[in-house]
Amino acid sequence: MKPIATTRSSMNIATGKLAVWWVLVSEIVIFGGVLGSYIMNRIAHVEWGEQASHTNTWAGAFNTFVLLTSSLFAVLAHQAAEKHDGKKAAQYLYYTCFGGLIFLIVKSFEWAHEIREGFVIQSGGFWGYYYVAAGLHGFHVLAGMLVMLWVADSAKKNQDLHRVENVGLYWHFVDIVWIFLFPLLYIAK
Amino acid sequence: MANHHDTHDHHDGAHAHHDEGWFKKYFWSTDHKIIGFQYMFTGMLLALLGAFMAYVFRMQLAFPGQAVPGWGVVSPGQYNMLITNHGSIMIFWVAMPVLIAGFGNYIIPLMIGADDMVFPRLNRLSYQLFFVSVLLLIASLVVQNGGFGGAWTAYPPLSANKDFNLTPLGSSLWLGAVAVEFVAFLLGGINFIVTAMNARAPGMKAFDVPIVVWTIVIASILFMASVGPLVAGAVMLLFDQLLGTSFFNPNRGGDPILWQHLFWFFGHPEVYVVLLPAMGIVAEVMTVFARKKLFAYKTVIYTIVATGVLSFFVWAHHQFVAGIDPRMANVFTVTTVLISIPIAEMCFVYIATLYGGSITLSTPMLWALAFMAEFMLGGVTGIYLGSSGADIFFHDTYFVVAHFHYTFFPIAIIAVMSGITYWFPKMFGRHMNDFWGKVHFWGTIIPFNGIFIPLFVLGAAGEHRRIFDYHSFPHLATPELQSLRIIATVSLVVMLAFQPVFLVNYIVSMFRGPKADKNPWKANTLEWTADSPPPHGNWAELPNCYRGPYEYSVEGRELDYWPQNEKA
Repeated sequence: MKPIATTRSSMNIATGKLAVWWVLVSEIVIFGGVLGSYIMNRIAHVEWGEQASHTNTWAGAFNTFVLLTSSLFAVLAHQAAEKHDGKKAAQYLYYTCFGGLIFLIVKSFEWAHEIREGFVIQSGGFWGYYYVAAGLHGFHVLAGMLVMLWVADSAKKNQDLHRVENVGLYWHFVDIVWIFLFPLLYIAK
Repeated sequence: MANHHDTHDHHDGAHAHHDEGWFKKYFWSTDHKIIGFQYMFTGMLLALLGAFMAYVFRMQLAFPGQAVPGWGVVSPGQYNMLITNHGSIMIFWVAMPVLIAGFGNYIIPLMIGADDMVFPRLNRLSYQLFFVSVLLLIASLVVQNGGFGGAWTAYPPLSANKDFNLTPLGSSLWLGAVAVEFVAFLLGGINFIVTAMNARAPGMKAFDVPIVVWTIVIASILFMASVGPLVAGAVMLLFDQLLGTSFFNPNRGGDPILWQHLFWFFGHPEVYVVLLPAMGIVAEVMTVFARKKLFAYKTVIYTIVATGVLSFFVWAHHQFVAGIDPRMANVFTVTTVLISIPIAEMCFVYIATLYGGSITLSTPMLWALAFMAEFMLGGVTGIYLGSSGADIFFHDTYFVVAHFHYTFFPIAIIAVMSGITYWFPKMFGRHMNDFWGKVHFWGTIIPFNGIFIPLFVLGAAGEHRRIFDYHSFPHLATPELQSLRIIATVSLVVMLAFQPVFLVNYIVSMFRGPKADKNPWKANTLEWTADSPPPHGNWAELPNCYRGPYEYSVEGRELDYWPQNEKA
């Protein structure tokens, strides 16, 4: 039973979409805090460049490609939802999720390799921020995938199709965060 | 929470169509009013705990080394635990839940003419997370080695290293409690903002929204935009504690000052997060009991926004002695002194609202007037502390303690009391006793000044705030200074002794108070057009809105008020 309040729209923006935008505002400051701290420290510590050179730029570049492609599928899902084609929208959402899965698998191979080399979160300096920033981001990828599976499940039955756009907004945000993380953690040596 | 349950059983007649069990109704409810009560009652219970802690450490300071009645002899570790948790409880578990979450939940939908929040289940989840944070906090106090004692600001390395703070479990549980609480308020805040933006009554434009709704929404935005770095920082500090990382460990390439930046980037906007709703409550009460239009309504809103923006650029005034660049200190001195301009402006607006009004000195109005008077003392002493030169002397003395208690006490107690006594007839359908309300008012306000004026003097004399027993500091252990400490402590005990007057008045009035009609104060805002107390869904038919909230004593009208939902 939805309250009448939920169906109102004084700002002419759907309530769910408005809420997602505010979630993104709060997320921006969370990642802003981590990245801001990292950048200030990175400038002060030249030796972090040497530590950063142990990250695998090619794996990072591949993951960037995977994530961008998955965002494309999120857009296609939104397009299908606009045309009230819930089945197609759900299918595209599954493709998006698959992109997220590949991203996480590549990431786990990277981390396993780095941990074997002895670069762990306790190694300090660059590595602490590397694991916290990328881990926080990975956690967001995972959460986005779970929400997306739930949205796809109802989209299949042509229910709550407006949620396809909302979860897509979130997915683009996760993507953009990675666009910042990739150069900061992998390219800058 | 037993009282909570009994309280509402009483009103079953008003909404008898609810035949769910009491657990479902009071603990699993999605009704914004019940969730508001949950926050408010939890906050008030924790206020008792926070007040008890203040009593114990004030007794230790006045009568060092003697057994405190109700506690025993205070050890140095316990003393640190008590001041730390007094601070964190009063800010995170009293001011935030009561002022923002409690009042916000109760009054936002009613004031904007909606039947509930836009996301009722998210709202319930918000309180449940908050409740988990309370459990974590209580657990942090009773675990082995005792509760966290590194001050509510939790500066590393003291907070990060168990060899220094000696409370490995307590510190981590405390930090976890704070982090979970932030998530709870983020969920609640999103709900408040979206509800006020999107669920307003037909006809209610942005500038028809009561000031208190504006202040709670802007406070939620400030909270949301400032807490992120501290959430990240809390995770990093937790890793430092539990995994042995070195984000804040200077011996291994970390930076303890980073925590201070992350903490105060949140911590200073936080002051305005709690101040703004308090200012909003006072605005509602003052217009109603002065029977006058709020002076310069739109200007107040612009001022609130300006305060919010400026509050992001003042944080480093907490770090003037932390080794920051003196040129930076100059910049932050200027921004800090600048922010007193919008706040002073709001005070002038309120005084202009009172000027020429027909003022009724009811209990809520007394609290509102006291808020202005006491808060201004807090604000004026802040000018000294915001100036980096003067702050180097005053830093970490009792002058600072007295200053922020002159801001936080008016916010978290005086304005809250004003709001509770003002909305009580709406919340419970009955009136509180005005005589005992005034006894409680004077019994709180006079001792409050008795506590903190001596602390200003002590602070100016150089009394440092982190000392457990002044005997080891001969220039601070003089009989004159000790007698000031005793005055402060005795005043505190007197103030606490008057609080049962309120509690008894509150609880007895819920059941036995004279019945209140829909609009006992003859106010304009929409909540007064609903039944007292409002049923689930608030109105049988949701109201429309035709004008702004402060049309009092309009010329040419027979009545001196003009409810927002009346067409003509």
